[in-house]
Amino acid sequence: MVLNCRHVWEYISGYLDNTLDEQTRADVERHLEHCEICSAILDSTRNILILTADDRVFELPVGYSERLHARLREAMLKSPPPEPQSP
Amino acid sequence: MIAEVLAGQTEAFHELIRPYERSVYLMALSMLRNEAEAEDVAQEAFIKAYRNLGRFRSEARFSTWLIAIALNEARARLRRKLPGLTDSIDDTDGPVVPAQLTDWREIPSETLERQEIRSLIRRALDQLPLPYREVFVLREIEERNVKETAETLGITIASVKMRLHRARMMLQKQLAPQLASVSSKRRRFPWF
Ligand SMILES: [Zn+2]
Repeated sequence: MVLNCRHVWEYISGYLDNTLDEQTRADVERHLEHCEICSAILDSTRNILILTADDRVFELPVGYSERLHARLREAMLKSPPPEPQSP
Repeated sequence: MIAEVLAGQTEAFHELIRPYERSVYLMALSMLRNEAEAEDVAQEAFIKAYRNLGRFRSEARFSTWLIAIALNEARARLRRKLPGLTDSIDDTDGPVVPAQLTDWREIPSETLERQEIRSLIRRALDQLPLPYREVFVLREIEERNVKETAETLGITIASVKMRLHRARMMLQKQLAPQLASVSSKRRRFPWF
């Protein structure tokens, strides 16, 4: 099927996540080969995702874990252990 | 370990949550953009998880359950901070039209420029309606799969896919013009 630009925009996420069926993927690829606008939209969207993924790399604040467990201990002293509940 | 905690061995809870300390904090930080508040929300979320552990159903993954609690805490705090927050969306809205520009195709290799663009992305993300932002954070930052994201938010898999697509297109639409100017500014003034 020959896709126009608007069709292709709706497939960009599926294309990036590799969830399109084989035929649709081939149709999108054929369009991207000759359409500079759509291939630029694809590239810029992909770039945004790649740069967003940089945020996964970070340092926890110093002492975070210690403070968390200390506060938990305090909360546990104040309230009894949780009771199992039937659904 | 969950059974041990419920049997009264509260120490087991400390071990149970260790693998998730980081992702719960990251979730809170991605929503609140403030380290002290994110830490506080993470603590509240774990305390809430402890108190409600008896309600945890093993059909869901423990991590999904925890992230959902953290997200609820972060959302409540965000609402108090920004009462005007947009959180209603219409899933039947028409398609988002992306920015049709051809001049931002490469990721800068220079650290400073990359940092600058990342902060533009964060700012654009913070301006998305909350339901889009939540799906985007869960998928792109927390790396939850579509099914886990749907469970965390209590929405369908189809809604997750649709919201994620719209969130990405909204970001592209807003960012592509800004990013094109960041990179052309650098090209014209290489000494900057
Ligand atoms: Zn096109």
